[in-house]
Order: sequence, then C-alpha cells, then structure tokens
Amino acid sequence: MNISFIMNNDIVLQMQHISKTFPGVVALEDVCLELRRGEVHVLLGENGAGKSTLVKILSGAYQKSSGEIFIEGEKTEIKNPKQAQELGISIIYQELNLVSQLSAAENIFLGKEPVKTFGVIDFKKLFAQSQQLLDELGVRINSKSLIKNLGIAEQQMVEVAKALSFRSKILIMDEPTSALTEEEIKELFQTIKRLKKKGVAIIYISHRIEELFEIGDKVTVLRDGKYIDTKNIAETNSAELIRLMVNRELNEQFPKQVAKKGDEILRVESLAKKNKLYDINFCLYQGEVLGIAGLLGSGRTELARAIFGIDKIDAGKIIIKGQRKNLTSPRDSINLGIGLLTEDRKSQGLVLNLSLRDNICLPNLDMFSNYGVVNSQQENLTAKKYIRELRIKTPSFKQKVINLSGGNQQKVVVSKWLCSQADILIFDEPTRGIDVGSKVEIYQLMNQLTAAGVGIIMISSELPEILGMSDRILVMCQGRINGEFTRQEATPEKILQRALGVVDDQ
Amino acid sequence: MTSRDFILHHGRQLGTLFGLFVLGIVLWILSPFFLTVSNLLNIAQQTAINAIIAVGMTFVIITAGIDLSVGSILAFSGVVLASVLKADLPVPLAIIVGLMVGFACGLLNGILITIGRLPPFISTLGMMSVARGAALLYTQGRPISGFSDSFRFLASGEIGPIPAPVLIMIVVYIIAFFILNKTKLGRYAYAIGGNEEAALLSGVNVRFFKAAVYGLCGMLSGLAAVILTARLNSAQPIAGMMYELDAIAATVIGGTSLMGGEGTILGTLIGALIMGVLRNGLNLLGVSSFVQQIVIGSVIIIAVLADMALKKQKK
Repeated sequence: MNISFIMNNDIVLQMQHISKTFPGVVALEDVCLELRRGEVHVLLGENGAGKSTLVKILSGAYQKSSGEIFIEGEKTEIKNPKQAQELGISIIYQELNLVSQLSAAENIFLGKEPVKTFGVIDFKKLFAQSQQLLDELGVRINSKSLIKNLGIAEQQMVEVAKALSFRSKILIMDEPTSALTEEEIKELFQTIKRLKKKGVAIIYISHRIEELFEIGDKVTVLRDGKYIDTKNIAETNSAELIRLMVNRELNEQFPKQVAKKGDEILRVESLAKKNKLYDINFCLYQGEVLGIAGLLGSGRTELARAIFGIDKIDAGKIIIKGQRKNLTSPRDSINLGIGLLTEDRKSQGLVLNLSLRDNICLPNLDMFSNYGVVNSQQENLTAKKYIRELRIKTPSFKQKVINLSGGNQQKVVVSKWLCSQADILIFDEPTRGIDVGSKVEIYQLMNQLTAAGVGIIMISSELPEILGMSDRILVMCQGRINGEFTRQEATPEKILQRALGVVDDQ
Repeated sequence: MTSRDFILHHGRQLGTLFGLFVLGIVLWILSPFFLTVSNLLNIAQQTAINAIIAVGMTFVIITAGIDLSVGSILAFSGVVLASVLKADLPVPLAIIVGLMVGFACGLLNGILITIGRLPPFISTLGMMSVARGAALLYTQGRPISGFSDSFRFLASGEIGPIPAPVLIMIVVYIIAFFILNKTKLGRYAYAIGGNEEAALLSGVNVRFFKAAVYGLCGMLSGLAAVILTARLNSAQPIAGMMYELDAIAATVIGGTSLMGGEGTILGTLIGALIMGVLRNGLNLLGVSSFVQQIVIGSVIIIAVLADMALKKQKK
C-alpha cells in the first residue's frame, strides 16, 4: 500500500468533465470537482454560474449530458434522487422540505419508519433513534417537537439529521445561512465542524464570501457554466475570489455616491403598533439613503409595512411632503409616491408567472388604461424603456419573470416603482440572494435614484451594506429606534451594540 | 415571432386543438352522420350552455378560485326569469332580471370569499345548496312552462344558418377574450391568481376584483339560464345539476391551471367543444349513457395528465 493509494482513498467524489445542455442552452461545460472525506468544499459563482445545475446532477434531479462521476473510486451513474440517497448523497435545499404538522422524528424517518408487526409504526424506536441523531449533531431539539413549533435554524438541523439517517457520506447544503441570524449561523457552523470530524464531505453553496473563510477548506469557482479554478481557502482572499467570479476587479464593493440632500419628504411621529412598534420618530430627506439596521424581529419589516399602508397603526402620524396622511391600503401609499421592495421578491414582490411587462405595469395600470381597457402599446414601450435603462437581462419584455435571475428580478421590482413615479422607496433586504455582480448594479441604481431626488429607506441585515450605502443609519431594537448615526459616525461595533440593546439611546 | 416560438408559446392550446381534431376524424370515420352541417350546428348548440358557464369558471379558476354553485345559480335565475316572464314583463327586461339574479348570487359568493375570508370551495358549496333550495322554494318544486315565441326565439331562432344560442356564445367569447386580455379586470385576475400577496402590495384592489369575477361568473350562469329556459320552454328548479362539473372539466381540459394564474379563453372554448363533440359522437355511435360517463371522466383525466407531462418537458 503506497501513499498515493491512501490519498486516493480519501477522495469520496470525483466529477470529471461534466457537461449539461438544455434545449438551446449550455448550463455546464466541462466542469470538474473533487471532494475529500471531512472536507467543506465551497461552490462559488454568480447566479446562473451553474452551481445549482451541478448539484442537481449530483442529487439525481438532473441527468448529465456528458462526463463521468466516480464515488469512492467507482464509476457511477446517478439516475434519480432515490439512487443518490442510496449512494450516500443528501441535499439540503434553501427551501426546507419538511412536513410542518409532523414531529421532528417523524420527518427524519419519513418513508422509512421502523415498524412492528402488521406495519404499525414503532414510535418508541422512532423517537429514540431520531433523538440520538439530533444529539450527535449537538443540537438541543426534542425529537417529539412538531416542526411548526421549531425555528428555521432548528428545522434545518432536522434536515441535517434526516440526511444523516441515510448514512450520507456527501452532504450538499444550498445557501444554508440565508435565513439564519448571526447566532444561528454560529450554531450551524459548530454542527458542520462536528460533521467534518465524522468524515462527512460537505459541498457548501453560499453567496456570502465572508462565511467561506470561516467554514470552508476549499473553494471551486464557476462562471457562466464553466470551471474557473479551485483554491485552498487558506491561500486565497475575497478580492481574488470576487475577481474569479465576475472576472472584473470590484475595487469598490459599495460604490456609494452621496447625493445632494433636499427637502424632507417623509416624517413619522410617535408611531406605535401594539406589541410591535413603540414611539417611532424619524424623517427622510430627498436624495438620502436612510439605513435601518436591527436584528430579525426588531420591528424593521413591521415599520415598512406600516408606512406602506399594509398594517394599520395604533397611534402616531405619518406626514408625507408636509401633509399628514392616513394610509389604509397600499393603493393609498402608491398614490402618494411610496414604493415597497419587499424582503421576499418571489412571494410578495412579483407575480412570477406573468411577464416582465405585466409585472412592471401592475401597480400602474390606471396610467395605461381608459375605462378599464388597457393600452398594450404604451405598456410595451414602458417595459422596453425600463429594460433598457436598468439594463435588465432578458430576451424580451414578454419573458416570464420566473425565468430571470435574482438580480434582474429585483430590477423588475424597482421598475414597478419607478414607473409609478415613487419618490419614497423602501428597500427591504435589497440584495438578499443576489450575486455579487448584480449587487453592485443595485447599489449603482440606488445612487442614480438618490441623485434624481428619491429618498430611500434601506432595511438590511448585512452590516457592510448598511455601512457602505447609507447616509444616515437608524438602529432598531425590540420595536424601538435605539440610536441614530451619520455615515461618518457609524461603526459596526456601535450599530451592533444598539441592535443588541447592550447600549441604550440617551 | 418564428413558427418555433409560436409553437412554444401556444403549445398547450395547439395540443388541445389537435385533440379535438383527432376526435373529429375518428368520429367522422366511425359515423357518416358526424361531419354534416346539421350535426355540427347541433353540437355547437348543445355546447353553447356549458361553454358560456365555462367562461365564468375560467375567470374564477384563473384567480385560483372555484365556483361549485353555477348549476344551482342557473336554476334559481331560470325560475325567477320564468316567473317575471309569466308576469308579462317585456322579454328584454325579464332577461336583465335573470342576469341580475345570477350576478347577485355570484357577487354574494365573492363577498363571502373576500370580506368573509371563506375559502371559495366552502362559500360556493354553500351557495350551491342555498340557490338550489331557493329555486325549489320559489316554485314549490314545480316547473314553470310556456313562454312567448319572441322569448323562445333565443333558443330556436336562427340568424342566417347560425342558431341563436351559438351566436350568443360567440359574442360572449369575443367579449370575454377582450376582457381577459385587454382590460384591467383580466390582468388583475391573472395577477391575483398568480400571486395574491404581490398583487395586493402592488396596490391592486384584490377584494373588489375578486368579487367582480365571481359576480361575472354568476351572471354568465344567469345567461345560460336564459338560453336553457328558452330551449326547454320551461324553467325547472332542478335544472343545471352537475353543470359545475362540466364547466370545470371544459376549463381544465382547455389548459387553465387549478393553481391559478394561468389559462385562456380560447382553450376553454376548445375544451367545451371537446366535451360536446364527445357526447354527440358517443350518442351517434349508440354508446350507453353509463359508458359515456366513464369515457368523459377518462378524457378529463387524460387531458390533465397530458398537460402535466407537457409542462414537465418544458422545464
């Protein structure tokens, strides 16, 4: 037995020269990937780079067009998801696949429940075995808890336990941290480290470059469906990775341009909503980006919903352009020039099955119609105008938005509100799930908007984004505004202290 | 648009049309009577009522709803219409009364669904029973028969070679096509069915437009009642039983998704015609009505299976 044999023995998975074509599109071209036992291998690339396609080939959801896959040195064809599972490959998708009315244990063993005679489920065994799996992960979850009573992070752990119940050798995690808080991310990383020690190989997909340095061992970069490079994490840095991903130097991740501050366009006075918001006071000026920082559940989204007229407020005043307004529906707010880019584009911001044009014109149909009859000609021109101005990548305005990338979808949402002549825009997590290149485009768009006199309220969980793009920053904590900083004063430490409530205002 | 694009965009409708075409050829081979002008007009006439109800159903299903009460609303509108005709109300006014009764029932569905936040299935299931009961109560369970020739002209009349019901159907389809594709109501119907939350946050008055769609559906049931009453020269409180299923079937065969947000008027017309041609053909061939039910049920299932396979392939 020589050394190279031992080393080879360490390789769990080899994907060689993998290509995948869809009718008319080459999604993957000659991509290679090598995965070792106990390694966290990060797949990095912009949206549409081919990460998901590669992973779907591995999990049996897609069939490769050419290339070879070796699992522990043996050439293998993965024909369907079930076979992938049997080969020890498990995948945890961004959207969790759990039955919320069942317990953690029932979910972990769904489809392979231990049974007694006559097919009666052996619940004692079921709960005991799943508890053991959860304990091994080092998480404190009772296997009898119903999924609906667990937090997102805990549900994710149940998914991990489920994957382990298949004795998985390869675990694929697709953007596992996108819905987690800082604290939960730490716990997840602890669990990942435990899995590494057990020898599980992990393919980790994420947009958050900072994360990779904390958790990854190796990183493979894909761009436009092609293999670019594989690096040891210890030997690279974020500037290099970004350059590999986008093939251009991103000297400035936040291309902030300070615009001229104009008149006050929005003022909120003593706004309150029972159990959600307390005594909120602030104002917004033309040409300004007002960042709102805070932890999940600090009331940021509730504030946005109140200003947009979705939820009724219990007390306080909303003053728009000097006039007190009573907002009772989104329609009222839109008519007053407010636009909301929701936290969740797909479930709240867009009708995915409709075209670009239909989505852009949805809030503005009154503009394009007489007596309820829509003038399509005018709509088409408008849609084309925004596609051009915002450089939305699409073959045509008739394209369904479901087929666009995250960044382009966000541009469609922005177009909606530009079209409605909004001059107060609320961006709730504007770059969540958007790749680095498109992020910069969204920031540049914000610059253009503020230069044109629009006032922007930007809610974000990403501190660098808050610090990089805001002119002024409000920090929310437990439904209150707990601190205000100018761009110059703000530091990550100061904001975090206020967000956590360690330091109180005044 | 190239021909390839055309096929990609309209594949579903072309598929249904192809199905109708194949069905026609098979029946043409099997029965010499099938492809005669009089038989084809006969099919169109028999299809008209279901096709008109299916238009309303299409709107409702596009908003991700369902209306189980169309058959009962038809019966109730029919008996009210008949009673005002008997009271010597002028025919045009009586027709308006019939349409308004249907509209009111539909609107009530809409209000229960929007303001009452009931699931459409429950609200219209309730209405199905209430409207049926109302029709029976109103007539004490007896049919109302015998109307003037001018009213009966709506079913028996012909304009050129085209029977009046067919003409009404064509007009309804043209208007519905226009509404669905060219008006706010149509666009909002797709948006509400596709993503109600996003529509609401885009400032769409979701409640108003949803209620309007159910009102429209009810009104079209009222129109179907006018034609049926004229054709039978009688309004029966038990008319329209199971019509909801025929209308849903025509809509679904026509490619409208029960998940909402998708569907076309033309597809529904083809769907209704497939149902009509199938019934007619099976009758011509002397197939028993028991077997007919099995065949029609199977066609619905096969149509949706084919639809799903097509969509999967597209992905």
